[in-house]
Amino acid sequence: MKKSALFAAICVPAFLAAAPLAAKTLVYCSEGSPENFYPGINTTGTSFDVNEHIYDNIVDFERGGTKVVPGLAEKWDVSADGTVYTFHIRKNAKFHSNKGFKPTRNLNADDIVFMFERQWKEENPYFKVTSPNHSYFNDMGMPKLLKSVEKVDDYTVKITLNQPEAPFLSNLAMQWAGVQSKEYADAMLKAGTPEKVDQDPIGSGPFFLVNYQKDAIVRFKAFPEYWGGKAKIDDLVFAITPDASVRWAKLQKGECHVMPYPNPADIEAIKKDPNVTLMDQAGLNIGYLAYQTTKKPFDDVRVRKAFNMAMNKKAIVDAVFLSSGVPAKSPIPPSMWSYNDSVKEDEYNPEAAKKLLAEAGYPNGLETDLWAMPVQRPYNPNARRIAELMQADLAKIGVKAEIKSFEWGEYRKRAQAGEHQMAQLGWTGDNGDPDNFLHTLLGCASAQSASGSNIAKWCHKPFDDLVTKAKVVTDQAERTKLYQQAQVIFKEQAPWFTVAHAVQLKPVRKEVVDFKLSPFGRHTFYGVDLKDK
Amino acid sequence: MLRFILTRVSLIIPTFLGITLLAFFLIRLVPGDPIETLAGERGIDPARHEQLRKEYGFDQPVIVQYGIYLSRVLQGDLGKSMITQEPVLTEFSALFPATVELALCAIVFALLIGLPAGMLAAIRRNSIFDHGVMGVSLTGYSMPIFWWGLILILIFSVQLDLTPVSGRIDVLYYIEPTTGFLLIDTLLSDEEGAFWSAVKHLILPTIVLGTVPLAVIARMTRSAMLEVLGEDYIRTAKAKGLSRFRIVALHALRNALIPVVTVIGLQVGVLFTGAILTETIFSWPGVGKWLIDAIFRRDYPVLQGGALLLGIVVMAVNLLVDLTYGLINPRIRHNR
Repeated sequence: MKKSALFAAICVPAFLAAAPLAAKTLVYCSEGSPENFYPGINTTGTSFDVNEHIYDNIVDFERGGTKVVPGLAEKWDVSADGTVYTFHIRKNAKFHSNKGFKPTRNLNADDIVFMFERQWKEENPYFKVTSPNHSYFNDMGMPKLLKSVEKVDDYTVKITLNQPEAPFLSNLAMQWAGVQSKEYADAMLKAGTPEKVDQDPIGSGPFFLVNYQKDAIVRFKAFPEYWGGKAKIDDLVFAITPDASVRWAKLQKGECHVMPYPNPADIEAIKKDPNVTLMDQAGLNIGYLAYQTTKKPFDDVRVRKAFNMAMNKKAIVDAVFLSSGVPAKSPIPPSMWSYNDSVKEDEYNPEAAKKLLAEAGYPNGLETDLWAMPVQRPYNPNARRIAELMQADLAKIGVKAEIKSFEWGEYRKRAQAGEHQMAQLGWTGDNGDPDNFLHTLLGCASAQSASGSNIAKWCHKPFDDLVTKAKVVTDQAERTKLYQQAQVIFKEQAPWFTVAHAVQLKPVRKEVVDFKLSPFGRHTFYGVDLKDK
Repeated sequence: MLRFILTRVSLIIPTFLGITLLAFFLIRLVPGDPIETLAGERGIDPARHEQLRKEYGFDQPVIVQYGIYLSRVLQGDLGKSMITQEPVLTEFSALFPATVELALCAIVFALLIGLPAGMLAAIRRNSIFDHGVMGVSLTGYSMPIFWWGLILILIFSVQLDLTPVSGRIDVLYYIEPTTGFLLIDTLLSDEEGAFWSAVKHLILPTIVLGTVPLAVIARMTRSAMLEVLGEDYIRTAKAKGLSRFRIVALHALRNALIPVVTVIGLQVGVLFTGAILTETIFSWPGVGKWLIDAIFRRDYPVLQGGALLLGIVVMAVNLLVDLTYGLINPRIRHNR
């Protein structure tokens, strides 16, 4: 009885004492917990958001953009043939310290080489620590691309590639290439606790980790010795808040300053709140319906074109995306360099579609499947609903489409194997390079692989030649031309019905100064300030 | 009594085995490949897929996998989370105190209101109060937790500004976990105001999680009380001229408590189920939220380990309740 009396006393409602105010603390209501503190094996944006503050990369994306700017490397040289990159590492990048480790030296070439070798060489003692599954390193084709990574001197690293690869720099700016301290790694290996490196992280980024409580909070402090200058805020807190409506309630009350992924139902209220700004930006993504071009009837371009004309894109986007999407006519988003705005959109015209279908040999229509993803994604908030709208539109030209779905992992696997006739899918860009859309999603290499992302299985030589050439040319103006031509061919050949580019909406409180939306959907708070209320 | 205890304890072994079986096989019935989920959005190439399957032992026949799992469990090894690579037991022990703290507060809240309400409703049978209590408790019992939580947040946090929206404590406080029970840890720390911040954060989740048990306890107490009040010994007590208070509080309540205690034991399971939703709404870092994430990510070790550990806790509480039941009810004690 005593025990319950004690608890009763404690649980009785009490509205007392306001909390003390800290210097400049920015609270971000994040949506979940990070997997761990090793970006090399992370696959979720949630983890990247956390690790981006702790670690630095050789090169970075400019804040709020996709342009590659110097990071740990002050400058770099590329050989004329585009296969040798020499990076000159800045000498003033310092590592954080924690209870168990104090660094004795600044960041240097050894750390850069360690970042590569840990993910690349199986004999590296850290290859298997925490996990051997270096997803992005593999996905970006690094094992095949890298010939050697050498330390020339303490502050110079030379990377030789097997063939020229224009997006290489952009790839290095991605989070998987965050640099850890080799000195720390060696010390922990010696102490017999290598996993500590990924649990109590030490990086050279603008913030250092103070503490992490799973599902509750990630707490950072600005690193005063950061090479780019101390952050404008003193403390950064990620208050982990999984429910979107609760995040909104917290933002309204000022319990946090920035929140991701608002609930569509709350958007109207968010727009009306005088203390909150709703920032928006078309994201680097695309939601699409892929036709399996190696299967009948979609091996015929006329059928694909007819389908593209039969579906009312605007109505679909209006009904399903509400204010969070814009109709797409190209596989790459308008904000990406080389976007070709002169490409003509297939007009919505069921009559013409019906005629074209008859021309292709289907005067009485046809039957097909139509796959709908079982999950919600920014580029496709409701695949089932979209499928239903498409089904209704297609019925008007005599096409009977049967909607199918599978468990998500199964869905992807089957779609990548090309088991569908029509399947919805989408993509969020990794590195801001058109190659990451046009070659990765529509190139022949990825059509021929059983686990490739080209689920239209579309391998069209004129298109593939262009995007493969653009991969090895380093001059951006020339690459732009190539990609713009490729988009024209894409539209003529119609391997996809491009649905929409999702717009990312970010409610931010008005006291937050200079927060920039990242085209990659990341949330970065270096450079952000808070003004007094 | 000894025999009663022995019988009861011996039941634990098959129950334990049953839980391991269920935890192990149920998750495997759910479609979805853990390796695919692990690889993330863009899939994984078949060779690496195979290699990882081997590494996790998924290439073995399921029954062999179960054997290996069981033998490891018996050695106290619950494995590592596939997502975070942390030992399951470490994660569980970091999160469990938060769940227990909330569950204890919820059950105390339910008892403090449910017991007196049920008793009064029984004494004033068929009065407006009785109908009111029963109506309210029926509503409480059928309340969708998620909706209820959001409504309370909207009213008490957003509109009236009385309580914080979610979390366990204001983000400005940093309390090093000593016991894991924040109410105790904040008292041990020197941080001024931290304890009250923790209390304020507990109010809404306590109410939300306590609502269903409150309704059940109120209804159970009422019906148990009604039954007891009709007994001969109550009439005798009345005839002896005892005060109404003494009759109800001493004679009737003690006997009416017996079924109520059992119900409280059963509510422990309900509390853990309710915790899953409550923890998600209130961003409460407990095991409920942890298990839900594990389901979505097909994190087999966490699910198996988490379900097993929770199962053990529920079993232990029910055993305790049964033993208490034996203590307060002599008929059981004497094995009749």
